[in-house]
Amino acid sequence: MAESGADLVEVGIPFSDPVADGPVIMAGDLRAFEAGSTTVKIFEMLRRVRQRTNVPIVLLTYINPVFKFGYDAFFKEMAQTEIQGIIVPDVPLEEQGDLQKAADQYQRDLIQLIAPTSMARLPKLVENASGFLYVVSSLGTTGQRADFNNERLQDEIKQIRRVTHLPIAIGFGIHTPEQVAKLAPLADGIIIGSGVVDVIAQHGTSAPQYLREYATALKAGLHDV
Amino acid sequence: MGKTRLIAETGAGQHGVATATVAALFGMEAEIFMGEEDTERQKLNVYRMELLGAKVNAVKTGTRTLKDAVNAAFQNWTQRIDDTFYLIGSAVGPYPFPEMVKHFQSVISREAREQLLSETGRLPDAVIAAVGGGSNAIGAFAHFIDDPEVRLIGVEAAGKGVDTALHAATMAKGSTGIFHGMKSRFVQSDDGQITPVYSISAGLDYPGIGPEHVALMDRGRAEYVPITDEEAVAAFELIAKTEGIIAAIESCHALAYAAKLAPTMAKDQILMVNVSGRGDKDVAAIARYRGVDIHD
Repeated sequence: MAESGADLVEVGIPFSDPVADGPVIMAGDLRAFEAGSTTVKIFEMLRRVRQRTNVPIVLLTYINPVFKFGYDAFFKEMAQTEIQGIIVPDVPLEEQGDLQKAADQYQRDLIQLIAPTSMARLPKLVENASGFLYVVSSLGTTGQRADFNNERLQDEIKQIRRVTHLPIAIGFGIHTPEQVAKLAPLADGIIIGSGVVDVIAQHGTSAPQYLREYATALKAGLHDV
Repeated sequence: MGKTRLIAETGAGQHGVATATVAALFGMEAEIFMGEEDTERQKLNVYRMELLGAKVNAVKTGTRTLKDAVNAAFQNWTQRIDDTFYLIGSAVGPYPFPEMVKHFQSVISREAREQLLSETGRLPDAVIAAVGGGSNAIGAFAHFIDDPEVRLIGVEAAGKGVDTALHAATMAKGSTGIFHGMKSRFVQSDDGQITPVYSISAGLDYPGIGPEHVALMDRGRAEYVPITDEEAVAAFELIAKTEGIIAAIESCHALAYAAKLAPTMAKDQILMVNVSGRGDKDVAAIARYRGVDIHD
């Protein structure tokens, strides 16, 4: 995917109860467990990936696997594997103290999510944010959506730009090159999650070839801007 | 708050029925999330919810029980936050939800305390209640927490036994984790994955427990003990025969422990057991457990 134009790759550590995710990623988590996935094995895989590419990588997982691994041990692994950041959708800013401390110690980014319901807390959310800001496109879980409220998103992003210079990426529901072309002018990046997991679900071990095609098509959507 | 729609999770269906009743009273829309397996084993309550005008959403993910109903309710809430309030039924979730549930459930111990004092002139020696998430138990304990002479005993579901894989004994077998918006105790793997749990009782079939129970256990104020399916079913039969009460299978876990504890106590001591629900909903399943098909 990096070779086909992905500027950043998000790697999910599966969780038994992914409450922020829709059916596509939930099913992906189950397949990963069936294949024997564990946090330790994912770090081992990332070490192998690092020998082949320098593309920035961030993790996406839920708090309990990180908590059980130990915050210090987890962020240390991230630093050693050159994983730049982590997204943890089930810990709100107000409860991030210990996580943020570990992230700071190992100079990793704890990526903040900004949902349509977050706008009142915006100044607090961006105050110590680093890496990029993950703007959640719309209410609900992850998963492919048909359309978006561009006007509302544009207005939110305008408000965010007023309080921070961090790059902004929009995610949740975006999965076609047309959607990428429409939303890209609003932000600095577009995040595709379920779309990618869906390609892997359909093609299994022969997925790399299809992922390459998918990433190239999405990237083309970006260039049409 | 301007909300027009209520959602709730339910295991045994009692909280679902309560939520459906409130919604009917106030003319609100209600959708109840219930694990598909629980809609089967607690059919009577599903019918009651539907009678009250609620929509029952049978959750087909994961273990298809209470934990998955909570997940589905959370997922639905993120989508409908504008018009919906999530009426969490158990003493779980992020602050202030466990506190709110305790406040409303504490009517149990407020009234029980008053009645015991007026009838007997003293406090009970022990209070026993079943714990899944822990709502009825925290309500039964609340007004006795500051009376150290009252033993507080929570009874959790041991399913086929705490030494088998089929139990929901969070206190006996769980460890600290962060899930469903709370730092508490959970049945989980070394990798932090929530492990499937099991109990004959849909209301106790949950891999976590409210954080205040863990705090009560850690400071030695309350004890938590396991009771198996078999012991609970025996208590169901015992209380029916001796008292004429058809008690919910959840409550029968508390009754089973009461039957164990009572013989060790003096005749003039007082044991309070919270019979948190009625057992009509369980009659068919318990008959089946005993090998009798009564065509529910």
